[in-house]
Amino acid sequence: MSEPVLSIRNLTVEIPTRHGIVNPVRNVSYDLHPGEIRGVVGESGAGKSMTGNAVIGLLDPPAHITQGEIWLKGERVDALDFEAKRRMRGREISMIFQDPLTSLNPLFTVGEQLVETIQLHLGVSASEAKKRALALLDRVSIPNPEERFNQYPHQFSGGMRQRVVIALALCSEPSVIIADEPTTALDVSVQAQVLDLIKELARERQVGVILVTHDMGVIADTTDTVTVMYAGEVVENGTTDQVLGAPTHPYTRSLISAVPRPTVKLDRFPLIEYGKREGGFKIEALAQSWPRTKTSDSGRLLEVKGVTKRFLERGSLIPSWRSYFTAVDEVSFDIHDGEVFGLVGESGSGKSTVARMIATLYPMDGGDIVFDGVPLSTMGAEGLAAYRRQIQMIFQDPFSSLNPRMKVGDIVAEPLHHHRLLPRGEVDQRVRQLLDWVGLAKDAWRKYPHEFSGGQRQRISIARALATQPRFLICDEPTSALDVSIQAQILNILKDLQEHLGLTMLFISHDLPVVRQVCDRVGVMRRGQLVEVQDTETLFTAPEHGYTRELLSLMPKLEQLDTAV
Amino acid sequence: MMSDSTTPPAPGRFRRFRESDFFYAFTRSPVAMASFAVVALLVLSSLLAPLIAPYNPFDPASLNLMNGFTAPLAPNAFTGESFLMGTDDQGRDVFSTILYGMRISLFVGFAAVLFAMVLGITLGLLSGYFGGWVETIIMRAADIQLTFPSILVAMLIFGVAKGVTPVEYRDEMAIWVLIFAIGLSDWVQFARVVRGATLVEQGKDYVAAARLIGQRPTTIMIRHILPNVLSPVLVIATISLALAIIAEATLSFLGVGAPPTQPSLGTLIRIGQGYLFSGEWWILFFPACTLLALALSVNLLGDWLRDALNPRLK
Repeated sequence: MSEPVLSIRNLTVEIPTRHGIVNPVRNVSYDLHPGEIRGVVGESGAGKSMTGNAVIGLLDPPAHITQGEIWLKGERVDALDFEAKRRMRGREISMIFQDPLTSLNPLFTVGEQLVETIQLHLGVSASEAKKRALALLDRVSIPNPEERFNQYPHQFSGGMRQRVVIALALCSEPSVIIADEPTTALDVSVQAQVLDLIKELARERQVGVILVTHDMGVIADTTDTVTVMYAGEVVENGTTDQVLGAPTHPYTRSLISAVPRPTVKLDRFPLIEYGKREGGFKIEALAQSWPRTKTSDSGRLLEVKGVTKRFLERGSLIPSWRSYFTAVDEVSFDIHDGEVFGLVGESGSGKSTVARMIATLYPMDGGDIVFDGVPLSTMGAEGLAAYRRQIQMIFQDPFSSLNPRMKVGDIVAEPLHHHRLLPRGEVDQRVRQLLDWVGLAKDAWRKYPHEFSGGQRQRISIARALATQPRFLICDEPTSALDVSIQAQILNILKDLQEHLGLTMLFISHDLPVVRQVCDRVGVMRRGQLVEVQDTETLFTAPEHGYTRELLSLMPKLEQLDTAV
Repeated sequence: MMSDSTTPPAPGRFRRFRESDFFYAFTRSPVAMASFAVVALLVLSSLLAPLIAPYNPFDPASLNLMNGFTAPLAPNAFTGESFLMGTDDQGRDVFSTILYGMRISLFVGFAAVLFAMVLGITLGLLSGYFGGWVETIIMRAADIQLTFPSILVAMLIFGVAKGVTPVEYRDEMAIWVLIFAIGLSDWVQFARVVRGATLVEQGKDYVAAARLIGQRPTTIMIRHILPNVLSPVLVIATISLALAIIAEATLSFLGVGAPPTQPSLGTLIRIGQGYLFSGEWWILFFPACTLLALALSVNLLGDWLRDALNPRLK
């Protein structure tokens, strides 16, 4: 094999804090060859991004390199002074960040930004730079580059913007590109195209790419070699086929087994057992205290009948001058007793809006929702209070769904107090039980949300949702902000709730493999409309609608992973 | 049965404060510690004025006109008495008058900021939470008020209030009118900041969770949103305190504030500036220095607070 273009040797990064020294990166070594795509995978906090930042000299003080060497094209770069690092950063190493919106300057046209970067690094004339910029835009498959050249970043869609960022990264003809979660903010359909583009460009221009990601699907589809990191250390290094096909380290093995498969349906997600893990979910104890869940007379607990939601786009005093954006357009579906109904679609398709209308957080602009035979529109104040007691919601972002100024115990007690479900003296007891059942430590009630990890916070959300003993649970992307290992735990908890307590759920997700594992029936939404409703098996094996087929074809294929487990 | 025997006892409030990042940042900032010390010293000495001050300047019976215009630390030509910071035209001990005057300045400052805070937070929460025409009315009123200099607004209110209060209550009412006037001219910035923060907070899911269980808007605003918008309010309140103290001094200096029988720092400065060019510099100098030290250290403290409470600067 050729000489490595980038080589990291025993890199250690240290952050001094008032509570002592932290080493987010310990003894990390790997090589990168021209044209190679190296995936760096691990949970959040594993030190993946920190390694990348150390390489380009962008560590936030007081973090600094204490040990190890970084070699770029045969030259040692970790000890360079600030100015030399800055020059190297633009010229030899480029970066692609997660959010394309913030990596482009909104005040300059795309063309201006490209030309400026090219001139800065290559020192060519303005007309030559423009020619190169147009060629780059064309190369990253932006249609009508001549016209797009003079447009501003906000006139581009998310995927197009990320293409521009890639073009920008290629301007200086770098030898290394560090792509930090380049597709995490994008929809699946766009994600696949962007990854293909990165793959092509790496081959064509012989650029080494470090692809930092938490997504095993991306790793399997895109990379040549993989570095698996855990708690600041490299636990496994090798070619993608080798690492995914025959992982040697127990952490890699359990990480791979926790990835939801799009093809086979499993009863439970295998949990990652490596390292320190949270307490178990005590479903039996919970089930004993749970009253037998009532069933509806019709067998259909929730009926959504042609609901519509319009958002005001331009307000005016005169009604006919107002303009609206229709987020949900006459959507109808039924959810049966005890089933998990999935709602999938890309961002902006209106799935969360449907959930929020069911949760009475948004008023409906048309249609009706019928819960256990009673339409929402006919419920009075008392009926609504009773309805709200029977539905609960688990939100996507575990960092914003808990009030940071309230103790965890008060958060979980709130629904109990509000609905006066228990005498005051018994509330504390119940709150502690709930927290214990969802697997949190005994003193969790007196702590504040910021003292918990993302997964633990999602357990607190579940405890709050279970406090009123609801019949219907709305889960709005409950795991998309979590690591794959934590995701498996939370999904198992939801499955337990369905099976042992007979809870009915609406499960919203953009992640098709997860939906396949969790849901009994699935509805597909696109631009505010429901295009297809099917049993999960039928949907994944014989989709009817063209859009469903398109979505399914874009799912990362994980055949390599299946041979491993 | 649950038992707590295995869990360690919860750390007390004081220990949590001692171990907080906030306290740590405080111990690392000499400016913050110094200005806190100055503020604490001034506030304490004004609170303990009856114990510390050698004279009671608010008691006309104790004043001796013969002691007028005594220079600092020099014995009076007639009575032989000597004063730390001299006396003013009526024979009041300047040191004692500063201590008592600071009580008025601080009381008016704190009360005015509290009034502005309550008004501003309430209106800000309402306009941020409800939006629509509630917001339009409140925020337009705020915009209109901002087009007048706040000292002008305060003088206007003061003038109107003076007109409607009977003569015999005027001196008693003066302090309360001051508080009302300064507070009313200052609520706008609280309302603006709280409205902005409320808009951010109410988009978060914990507010959705509270609405989902059917809590009333007032409960959500007070229990959930308010505690989360208080950090910026605290910063503004500190800086407003310095401004309110200065506003009180300005009004008193202009002769529309504290009555002459109960001089505040501003009144003392006004008395002093009349004699500045005839050699009695101390009547102006010491109260002005006190005002400077007070306003500056409160301001520096507010500045540091803004940095310490802003997570983006960490």
